[in-house]
Amino acid sequence: MHNKTIADLAKGLRSGEFSSVELTQAFLDRIKRHQYLNAYITVTDESALQAAKAADLRLASGDAELLTGIPIAQKDIFCTQGVKTTCGSKMLDNFIAPYNATVVDKLNHAGAVMLGKLNMDEFAMGSSNETSFYGPVRNPWNTDSVPGGSSGGSGAAVAARLAVCATGTDTGGSIRQPAALCGITGLKPTYGRVSRYGMIAYASSLDQGGPMTRSAEDAAIMLQAMAGFDEKDSTSVDCPVPDYRSGLNNSLEGLKIGLPKEFFGEGLNSDVAGVLEAAISEYRRLGAEIKEISMPNLKLAIPAYYVIAPAECSANLSRFDGVRFGYRCDSPVDLTDLYTRSRGEGFGKEVKRRILMGTYALSAGYYDAYYIKAQKVRRLISEDFKNALSEVDVIMGPVTPTTAFGIGEKIGNPIEMYLSDIYTIAINLAGVPAMSIPAGFTGGKPVGLQIIGNYFAEDRLLNIAHRYQQVTDWHLQIPNGFE
Amino acid sequence: MTTSTSQWETVIGLEIHTQLATKSKIFSGASTAYGAEPNTQACAVDLGLPGVLPVLNKEAVRMAVIFGMAIEAQIAPYSVFARKNYFYPDLPKGYQISQFELPIVGNGHLDIEVDGATKRIGITRAHLEEDAGKSLHENFHGLTGIDLNRAGTPLLEIVSEPDMRSAKEAVAYMRKLHELVRYLGICDGNMQEGSFRCDANVSVRPKGQKEFGTRAEIKNINSFKFVEKAINHEVERQIELLESGGKVVQETRLYDSVKDETRSMRSKEEANDYRYFPDPDLLPVFIDEDFKTEIKAALPELPDAKKQRFKDSYGLDEESATILTSSRPLADYFEAVVKASASEAKLCANWITGELSAALNKAGLDITESPVSHERLAGLLARISDETISGKIAKQVFEELWQGSSTADDIIAAKGLKQITDTGAIEAIIDKIIADNPGQVEQYRSGKDKVFGFFVGQVMKEMQGKASPGEVNKMLKDKLK
Repeated sequence: MHNKTIADLAKGLRSGEFSSVELTQAFLDRIKRHQYLNAYITVTDESALQAAKAADLRLASGDAELLTGIPIAQKDIFCTQGVKTTCGSKMLDNFIAPYNATVVDKLNHAGAVMLGKLNMDEFAMGSSNETSFYGPVRNPWNTDSVPGGSSGGSGAAVAARLAVCATGTDTGGSIRQPAALCGITGLKPTYGRVSRYGMIAYASSLDQGGPMTRSAEDAAIMLQAMAGFDEKDSTSVDCPVPDYRSGLNNSLEGLKIGLPKEFFGEGLNSDVAGVLEAAISEYRRLGAEIKEISMPNLKLAIPAYYVIAPAECSANLSRFDGVRFGYRCDSPVDLTDLYTRSRGEGFGKEVKRRILMGTYALSAGYYDAYYIKAQKVRRLISEDFKNALSEVDVIMGPVTPTTAFGIGEKIGNPIEMYLSDIYTIAINLAGVPAMSIPAGFTGGKPVGLQIIGNYFAEDRLLNIAHRYQQVTDWHLQIPNGFE
Repeated sequence: MTTSTSQWETVIGLEIHTQLATKSKIFSGASTAYGAEPNTQACAVDLGLPGVLPVLNKEAVRMAVIFGMAIEAQIAPYSVFARKNYFYPDLPKGYQISQFELPIVGNGHLDIEVDGATKRIGITRAHLEEDAGKSLHENFHGLTGIDLNRAGTPLLEIVSEPDMRSAKEAVAYMRKLHELVRYLGICDGNMQEGSFRCDANVSVRPKGQKEFGTRAEIKNINSFKFVEKAINHEVERQIELLESGGKVVQETRLYDSVKDETRSMRSKEEANDYRYFPDPDLLPVFIDEDFKTEIKAALPELPDAKKQRFKDSYGLDEESATILTSSRPLADYFEAVVKASASEAKLCANWITGELSAALNKAGLDITESPVSHERLAGLLARISDETISGKIAKQVFEELWQGSSTADDIIAAKGLKQITDTGAIEAIIDKIIADNPGQVEQYRSGKDKVFGFFVGQVMKEMQGKASPGEVNKMLKDKLK
């Protein structure tokens, strides 16, 4: 039953084929069996079984939602009341959140059963899950490879069937890239579609939570529960949430797909490009028109991102000072010592690197040259998307330049690591929604196809992804040993 | 001050932090009430817990706009919150949410009066920000305690132009602003609780020089008296320094009210680079014309306008009008008394600024806490106006009003204080006094007018003050002819 989708599991729970307690126990057993993947930081077996019991009662009473009784897992960036919430950092190794993130509340309310908290790059800074204080996560398709990051635990857990689905967050590609490298479906919603309250901030103007699932339909079900205006998040947008499942089967006849030539140039692995071409052809067969477009400012996305995101993170991470919560160094001699050692010992290398970059970019004398300039570039990139999306309905392209790389392969070279997000970062700068769906394999590793839509067009993206998944079976493949 | 002061001109600009009188904090729902147990009024947002987000309190915006309208300032159609980054234990997030490049209020002014002359002081800007918590250094066995109750309290920082030229002007400006924010109902003005705090930028320059001298900033002065003292002290220090060939360095200084001196806190070189940037958690604030129109319509009568009206329609002199309009509750009290007593406004003004104010001062009470309500004072003044009692007796009645809860009429009746208007009774007493004091009668009739006072005194004494002095005078004059 661990291979079933949410919709199928919901049927099984209703027909009495199995109970949520049985389902939950099955997943807890799998988590234990596949511990070496290191996908989970915390497994909440006891509370999961309690939640499953409650879900069974709710199912029996007939007052259940699609997610009621479905075992899911939360990226450890979301605050969960009474449960350790580490954000992948030593800094928060002792932090028990006293409240629930809005996303957590919403999924709990829908009756989803939380199995535990998933591993991630420290403070969501990384593209390989190797910056986690809790160690790297292994990719179920090739356990010597990374699962991607920062939602690496989410990608691996869903691919390995250690959870039916999971939450992720995406600041520069952190949902889509691990989804691509792990062969699952990931959706980064429009900025403002999902509440950020209780989601530990990395770069506030870019962070967005979203679903990581095995199918587009599951993503629709999960997003339905996660999305919506939240008065606790001033940047969440007060516009109605459509029924994401109702249009899944809409025809793609006449769909205009734009392929930015900048996405298919140098740097893209030719095998990956081959897989994408085949996927595009499939869309042509489904009735879509393909058009080459140009988005000249895309090349500026990485430099702009590595000014804006570190600048915001340099302030966002100031609250981790050893004063009120989190890691505090041993016997500080004075205030400066308390700050410098708590932060020096509590943060990992990549986090410190980004805090330093951001602090530098915001400093007097550099602010205009870096921060202001980056904001201007950001506007140009947004314009590129606006222009492109007035010509075509969606944009398609790669998610990553290569398939999953080896653990240890890029961690010593930050620039090379940063380039693994080259196709995803611009989307966050523009704030538009984008998906990654499984489109094939090369060298036994999955390849993702990225579909980018207009603001709040998540329903259209899900429809386009779903139709593809109706005629292909890439998303149904199971990594060896996880059947 | 030293004689050399005359060669120097002082330049002062003030930054005043007013705590806005909202019920909840500027970015969270926690209460702003003062004096609670430490850390009982700090929610997850105030504590800066991981994952929390600020949500702007609209009431704080409304109050800032009210202030802007009252000083005829430009209200920014678009203003932005920024993060001011620095580490301090009582600053939970490691940054303060403030406004930097685009403040909500820009370019207004306030008129002050010093030595009878009116002077216009420019207000550069006023911006919204959150307050920090408090570090408590006592009783923690060498450790520092942090109370975050105050963290997130809304502040409006009002920055003046360097338009003031003396400590006296600075105090006048500060008082005027203090009066205004209380009038507007946007700040309780409680300086002891820190609701109204002042930083003063002070510099001196040779008279006639155009450029400003190097300034020092004196931080966190929380009384009118200390502002004056701190500025005067700082001016003297700077002049002495310059005259002995030294140089003023740009720095932040702290005023020590016990030693009456300022001392250096940090120099410009040590100053923080606050790395301001727009707060991505908050949307820009848009203010449209409708919102401004609505606020303008609801704006109360401002102190200057009220003072003018008190002079024009009640015929009050400058001094009474100034005192009575110094706070809105006092002005309201005065108008209520005039209306209820149907007495002459001047009489009401005299009683409120005289007898009542003295009693309130002595008891350390505010007008809003007066034991004598405006109805009861009006009842008393009505009896003076219709000559039921004299002013002297009225003071006795006032004492009773202050102590108890009876009305003036009840007190007058119970104590038999009603003025005697029966001329027959007064005449009998006058005749008796004249008969008993032939010597004084002789003196008066021989031209010693001063003796007249003696007769008035004797009659009033005999009548226990209950006769109308006017009537007594008139009758005495007739009888002594």
